[in-house]
Amino acid sequence: MTVAAPVAHVADPAESSQPPVATPPPRRGKWTGWAFVGPFMVVFAFVFLAPIIYSLWLSLFRDQMVGGNQFVGLENYIQAFGDQQLWRALGRVTLFLVIQVPVMLGIALLVALAIDSGRLHGKNFFRIAVFMPYAVPAVVATLMWGFMYGTQFGLVANFNDMFGLNIPSPLAPEWVLLAIGNIVTWQFVGYNMLIFYSALRVIPHSLYEAAEIDGAGQWRIITAIKLPAIRSAMVIATIFSIIGSFQLFNEPSILQAMAPNSISSSFTPNLYAYSLSFAGQQFNYAATVAIIMGVITMLVAYVVQLRGMREDMR
Amino acid sequence: MTITATDSRTHRTSARRRPARTSMLKSTRFSSVTRPRRSALLTALTSIALIYSLLPLVWLVLNATKPQAELFTSFGLWFSDSFHLIENIAATLSYDDGIYTRWLLNTILYVVAGAGGATLLAVAGGYGLAKFNFPGRRAVFAVVIGAAAVPGTALAVPTFLMFSQLELTNTPWSVIIPSLISPFALYLMWVFAAEAVPTELMEAARMDGASEFRIFWQIAAPLLAPGTVTVALFTTVATWNNYFLPLIMLRDSSWYPLTLGLNAWNSQASTAGGEAVFDLVITGSLLMILPLIAVFLLLQRFWQAGLSAGSVKE
Repeated sequence: MTVAAPVAHVADPAESSQPPVATPPPRRGKWTGWAFVGPFMVVFAFVFLAPIIYSLWLSLFRDQMVGGNQFVGLENYIQAFGDQQLWRALGRVTLFLVIQVPVMLGIALLVALAIDSGRLHGKNFFRIAVFMPYAVPAVVATLMWGFMYGTQFGLVANFNDMFGLNIPSPLAPEWVLLAIGNIVTWQFVGYNMLIFYSALRVIPHSLYEAAEIDGAGQWRIITAIKLPAIRSAMVIATIFSIIGSFQLFNEPSILQAMAPNSISSSFTPNLYAYSLSFAGQQFNYAATVAIIMGVITMLVAYVVQLRGMREDMR
Repeated sequence: MTITATDSRTHRTSARRRPARTSMLKSTRFSSVTRPRRSALLTALTSIALIYSLLPLVWLVLNATKPQAELFTSFGLWFSDSFHLIENIAATLSYDDGIYTRWLLNTILYVVAGAGGATLLAVAGGYGLAKFNFPGRRAVFAVVIGAAAVPGTALAVPTFLMFSQLELTNTPWSVIIPSLISPFALYLMWVFAAEAVPTELMEAARMDGASEFRIFWQIAAPLLAPGTVTVALFTTVATWNNYFLPLIMLRDSSWYPLTLGLNAWNSQASTAGGEAVFDLVITGSLLMILPLIAVFLLLQRFWQAGLSAGSVKE
């Protein structure tokens, strides 16, 4: 259930695992495979398919003062399309992802290239240390950064005191999105770096040698060999970072206790859906918001993937 | 440095004789293009990312040694006058009748049942998909991959609504059951099983009259062990760090996992009449991340292999 899990290709595996698929071994009963796949699929149906169907169903109803729970057709969706709070929240996560995702993936790529170049002292230490924040739960990461951001006893306060500075509170309304972006970047730079690094490592080194013989410098090797070779890893990392941004919840939800004036209950679409159902008891509308966000996320992920793959073929 | 140089020269000579083989050897033995020089400048630049990754963790360790009052008066990145680490740990474990221990045990329960179950389902399912041809196999693939693109948090609200209809909320089941499904884990085990378990071996066992269950348990399972460890590691991290799902599902704090508990302690300070326990939040956070960091350090080989399987496959 976590966005952070390293998730597989969305379309590639159908191709890549085709060989074992295409030549299945002869077997006794043709249904035997279900004995192994069945348990997964039963639970899967219960926790993946059923909630989706149930929320589609819910989104078509509304609890009304008069008449109780009534079928309202697409009225919830119509309401959502005119809902300023939802679109403002969506605008906020879009702004977030347009800035945070490139910064995070950029840093991850630079570190991966540096480690892969073999020019670092102690490269294994770099690899492990930069990855380490991935093991830190979002809750702890947010609490730590939240404390450090604090103008009371945080590092910001320390620096202000020490150097007579007047750094504004990162938790102030104008800065809080940036503050959250930093927390997310901190958590996932290492993870993305490792994905890029794993992709870089399988490039045949004979390519580099050939390029050197042709007089290509390091920079040429990076732009002409390394980057094209890890394109699919970059597409995947981008897709999952985008999904993560649209789903932004943990960090703002936890920071809310520290910065109640900066983070409203509709700060992100997910936070909005959460407060609709748990503070407002508007379950039908919350289900509608969740569905709309799911569809938007899948559309964006699909477009990114399509673009990434098309350029692959060129 | 000299050794590397000689080494590469020997490889050069042999490369002329057996090009294919040595280029493979080279790529495993050398980190980069022909004899990379270690660069102090690049190391220094990459160290910025390293410091960024480690700074909050250093902050956490340092501040876990301070009594609460000195959190406010001392510099964040150094020790304060009194060294209170032991006292803080004792206070964390005993506060509120030792509720931290209860939360720890809950977390362990969710990890063992949730991540353990998720691993079992994924291993059996991946094996079934890789090694058997059965009716509906393509549909299973399509549905599971499609679902992997559905953002986990978008499912959380609908899952809550469904579970509350079934009166499963506020029980451990509400956290464990959704944790049982990881499409990524299934995909990883599928790819892994396709290559790790030779079909001939299964055929031979069938000739000898072994049952399918016995073949799975006694022949396939040991061969699948490395993939199993990887999957277990990632599902463990996901469950250990889970916040959103338990936040939605659980009302009763005695069922909280550590993530929710720490957040409750932190929010306590901002509620009316609540006691501020920042020292306990910080020490509790440190205690919570140590086991995962230890596991990651011990099992490096596995998670690195897992990430490459998930991202590199072309």
